Amino acid sequence: MAETTYLEAIRQALFEEMDRDPAVVLIGEDVGVYGGAFRVSAGLLERFGWERVIDTPVSETAIVGAAIGMGYAGLRPVAEMQFIDFIACCFNQITNFAAKSHYRWGAPVPLVLRGPCGGGVHGGPFHSANPEMYFVHTPGLKVVCPATPYDAKGLLKSAIRDNNPVLFFEHKFLYRRIKEDLPEGDYTVPIGKAVVRREGRDLTILSYAAMLHTSLEAAAELEKEGIEAEVIDLRTLLPLDRGAILTSVAKTNKLLVVHEDTRTGGIAGEIAALVTESAFEDLDGPIRRVTSLDTPVPYAPPLEDYFLPNAAKVVAVARELAHY
Amino acid sequence: MTSALTREQHLDLYYFMRLNRELEEQMVRLFRQNKIVGGLYSSLGQEAISVGTAYALSPGDWIAPMIRNIGALLVRGFKPRDILTQHMARHTSPTLGKDGTSHFGDLKSRHVVSPISMLGDLIPVMTGIAMAGRYLGQKIVTMTWIGDGGTSTGAFHEGLNLAAVQKAAFVLIVENNQWAYSTPVKRQMPLRDLADRARAYGMKSAIVDGNDVVAVERTAREAVAHARAGHGPVLIEAKTMRMRGHAQHDSAEYVPKEMLESWKKRDPLDCYEQFLHQNKLWDAKTKKEIDARIAREIQADVEFAENSPFPPPELAEQGVYCAGCHTVEADWKRPKEEVMPPRSSVKPEWPIQDYGDLEAAPKRTAKSFVHGRQAGNGTRPTAASKATAKSKLLKKPARAPSPAKAGR
Ligand SMILES: Cc1ncc(C[n+]2csc(CCOP(=O)(O)OP(=O)(O)O)c2C)c(N)n1
Ligand SMILES: [Mg+2]
Repeated sequence: MAETTYLEAIRQALFEEMDRDPAVVLIGEDVGVYGGAFRVSAGLLERFGWERVIDTPVSETAIVGAAIGMGYAGLRPVAEMQFIDFIACCFNQITNFAAKSHYRWGAPVPLVLRGPCGGGVHGGPFHSANPEMYFVHTPGLKVVCPATPYDAKGLLKSAIRDNNPVLFFEHKFLYRRIKEDLPEGDYTVPIGKAVVRREGRDLTILSYAAMLHTSLEAAAELEKEGIEAEVIDLRTLLPLDRGAILTSVAKTNKLLVVHEDTRTGGIAGEIAALVTESAFEDLDGPIRRVTSLDTPVPYAPPLEDYFLPNAAKVVAVARELAHY
Repeated sequence: MTSALTREQHLDLYYFMRLNRELEEQMVRLFRQNKIVGGLYSSLGQEAISVGTAYALSPGDWIAPMIRNIGALLVRGFKPRDILTQHMARHTSPTLGKDGTSHFGDLKSRHVVSPISMLGDLIPVMTGIAMAGRYLGQKIVTMTWIGDGGTSTGAFHEGLNLAAVQKAAFVLIVENNQWAYSTPVKRQMPLRDLADRARAYGMKSAIVDGNDVVAVERTAREAVAHARAGHGPVLIEAKTMRMRGHAQHDSAEYVPKEMLESWKKRDPLDCYEQFLHQNKLWDAKTKKEIDARIAREIQADVEFAENSPFPPPELAEQGVYCAGCHTVEADWKRPKEEVMPPRSSVKPEWPIQDYGDLEAAPKRTAKSFVHGRQAGNGTRPTAASKATAKSKLLKKPARAPSPAKAGR
């Protein structure tokens, strides 16, 4: 079977879910006739028609609000942000309407909000965001950040079938760069479960999305120096797979967290708190992090390269930690 | 004024308006006894709007009440005890004490969406329910309310525009009670009629005297029929007056006394009692019976609420996520095959008619722009006289957009 890109995997998940369940609809800007700014929904309108693939005005609040309403009426809407940066425009609908609905009055919001996130493609300050932590801080949401085509497809299917609002962040750097063979037929990947991508005994590197690949690259470098890094792909940030994190730390006794999100208030801080609270005795060194800088995402390639983590930065910190 | 309602229905309207008012008066007493948790809002003087508009809907229709729409909740079948236990944060309340005031709902049977405090956000949500209702073949209408102040939010504009372009079966009631907290309408927008907001979206609107429940009900019924028939959303501006402060804590000294006095003469319940009397729809005995029934109901429910426990503290941790405790099911009223391939398949092309050129559009010169409507020039009729004059007709938007196919 031909290799499937990360983007194509997402498209397949949408196709298959819409084929499986007429309650699934897609709503967003330019998702229909054009097939989405990144062509993620190409061909969906042709197959499923105007009622199920809905091109909207440029109105993020209305898109998410309408999707919430559709969910109340028993549909399973998938709403697209053309770029995830625009999610800031509908923050209120997500955090106050969708997230609190089930807690407040027992009304589930079976909504998937998906879109391209992340840097490394010179998108500048408004087309490169990693907004996950605004939402990880919001009880009632689920936050999913797949790193591979297999996971992107399986997690999107799980997200669509979930009764809660799921934010599904697609890393646009991976869209066409990452490929793999996918199994035939229907499968899902559970939300809330991390996975060990590489086994090792000297330290644990936790990461997700594009930084998983950076971390694996770093681990290959470290191996040449005799350092065996265990690399874990978090896949879901909310709910966090605490068990997987603690199990690996108990094994390696050292922890490095790598994320493309900015440093202050990134998931690394939360993980550091979790590990020191629950497994302080397991630690043989400080919890370290490699992250982007605490700045907006800059535009010029040298600036963005400087801003982002890369394998060399991960290797340097991992080496220090391994020798600590 | 004539009305198409039966005597029973007229008495229903009185019952709900009086219940709305008496329940709120009771809650003011409870507030003074420190038994209400948090703030208490009032719809004094606005009861005709909540009751009349909600009364125009059918059982399958959906509503989302705002804070001053207790009347709509009562019409929809909620009981005083639901509202009392919500305000008193008891474990017997519809939200088990997790939220207060009118922030509760019922998805499956009464089709009531719980509001959030953020003004405007219900508009896109109710638009989405209307879109889903059409998709599922349900023929439903959705309705929500908003204040004059709330019409300045972004969600209001995004939501109405989406509703209009989708031709959603949605009716929005704008309760223009002249004040948004301490800010008068004049400082909120340079418009005299909030109904004008609808023109920007090419949607129908109407203005009605919000203190006349018969006019409100009739206008709402027309709007609901218009929306249900697939002709698109309608905005109804109901002119009224907030007769208390923003909430109990607000003595509203910024409101001119004369303004309150003038509106007090048009109290919606007084006016309606007169109407019932003049049209021989009741007598003193009927009124006495209804009032006594209301007093009994409120009394029993106050006792129920006061005897209800607060929720157990551990409840705070429960129910953040749906872990299979609720189902998500659509109520299909059309064959699913219609929305599945091959029947759903289309040619992915836009039908473009006029190429957007200037020749195709009606001429609009700089002159007509300069002479466009000016707000508040002082030469226009009073809100009240105008409201009555206009209450019968749905205004056409200045220029109707080319009728887009629903869903495109
Ligand atoms: C988006 C938003 N901003 C601010 C508030 C705080 N707030 C609550 S009610 C209110 C005034 C609302 O006035 P209006 O819409 O005219 O409704 P009314 O109180 O007159 O019924 C304000 C500012 C809010 N609830 N939502
Ligand atoms: Mg107001």
